[in-house]
Amino acid sequence: MKPPPFQYHDPKTVAEAVSLLGTLENAKLLAGGQSLMPMLNMRFVLPDHVIDLNRVEGLAYIRETAGALEIGAMTRQRDVEFSELVKQKCPLLHQAVMHIGHRQTRNRGTIGGSLCHLDPSAELVSVAAAHDATVAVEGPNGRREIAFKDFPAGYLTPAIELNEMVTAVRIPLWPPGHRAAFIEFSRRHGDFAIVSAAALLMIDGGRITRASLTLGGVAVAPVRADAVERAIIGQPPSSELFRTACEWCRSVDAMADIHASADYRQHLAVVLARRALEKAAGLADNAPWNRTH
Amino acid sequence: MTAKTEITLTINGREHRISVEPRKTLVDAIRDDCGLTGTHIGCEHGVCGACTVIIDGEAVRSCLMFAVQAQGKPIRTIEGLGQNGTLHPLQRAFMAHHALQCGFCTPGFLMLAAATLERDPGIGEDELLDVLSSNLCRCTGYSTIVKAVRAAQAELRPAPVAEVAKAGPEPAPAREAFSGAGEPMLEQPEQALVAE
Repeated sequence: MKPPPFQYHDPKTVAEAVSLLGTLENAKLLAGGQSLMPMLNMRFVLPDHVIDLNRVEGLAYIRETAGALEIGAMTRQRDVEFSELVKQKCPLLHQAVMHIGHRQTRNRGTIGGSLCHLDPSAELVSVAAAHDATVAVEGPNGRREIAFKDFPAGYLTPAIELNEMVTAVRIPLWPPGHRAAFIEFSRRHGDFAIVSAAALLMIDGGRITRASLTLGGVAVAPVRADAVERAIIGQPPSSELFRTACEWCRSVDAMADIHASADYRQHLAVVLARRALEKAAGLADNAPWNRTH
Repeated sequence: MTAKTEITLTINGREHRISVEPRKTLVDAIRDDCGLTGTHIGCEHGVCGACTVIIDGEAVRSCLMFAVQAQGKPIRTIEGLGQNGTLHPLQRAFMAHHALQCGFCTPGFLMLAAATLERDPGIGEDELLDVLSSNLCRCTGYSTIVKAVRAAQAELRPAPVAEVAKAGPEPAPAREAFSGAGEPMLEQPEQALVAE
């Protein structure tokens, strides 16, 4: 099918884009297009106006400021993938980005687009939740920051106003030497994750001093497994500890769809959570499931 | 219908001045308005890669871009892969290794492979497989496609200095470079596939 008719707008600055959002009814922002274009081609969305952000200045950057990585909304996923800064400072993001679609889609796809689209399986969304990121939003009244736990308002719906746009995401960094692992399960490599698990650990003096565990794909928004985090902090890392603690994941309220039943998603959550923790803790180096490709 | 706008698409080094609605996808503009039908439409929602073209050195799904977005960017399509009537090593390798049957996915795979090998000539096996997995083929079962790309990669990589000194006269013309596949089916395959 072909996209429906719309008026096309090509702003060059954020101010111009925000102004357009404020004056146009039924407008959609176009970032990398890897999610919006399929929806337009299949007429799942019928905007009267499309505001193309691809020529807006100053929205594509990756920089470290005050203990966080700040990434502009129009930064291509490909640039995140090949960024030395990301690889060194935010290994979870580096691992996760490899799982997003294919390299071809990462050539155009953006971090801001993915975060605003809020697909339940989106890797970047999980990483933002895992790191307690903040999202910078700009509107007619200026700039505000939204804590990531407050960002998803519902299925595919971010908590931003119609006249606002996301300009950047700030990812607070974990200290050097922290451990990270991102694991997802899909039918084929490159498919949408049915369930994913993102683990961050600080291990000091043989004990876990800090933990973050995020489940993606189980619900409309990522689920932080707080109970698992609390259960493992203060303990020495071990497969038995993780296995016991991750049983909690079976109680997550999981979605059911054509890809998997709620039961199966819960099962995957338990297994992947444990694997992500084991991988992060360095306990899975020889595991049969821990192979690239 | 919305008002059409005049844009210029630069494809394979040539300018095409066309008049399109903003909602016209790049692949439709390339095919319908510029007459370059080598780029194919498989799914129109970004999963098959048959529409792959190279924009500014990157492999991109042209069904997921509007034509108006591609103005001012150098676009390469399958018609521009061969040069001056000579097939690209990838094209020759695809023929030699039976990496196509119906040919529908082929331009997409060729452009994907070309962009990949140009950006990263030394790309490793696993990574290459990962990159190629972004496109779909219903005929071949993929193994011949992978073989063909690897063969072209080997041919495109510059020879080490010692081997160059040992090499004799100019390399053989395209037809004789087919490896182990017997005689090509067409008398002069290069002519059949020459661009425009």
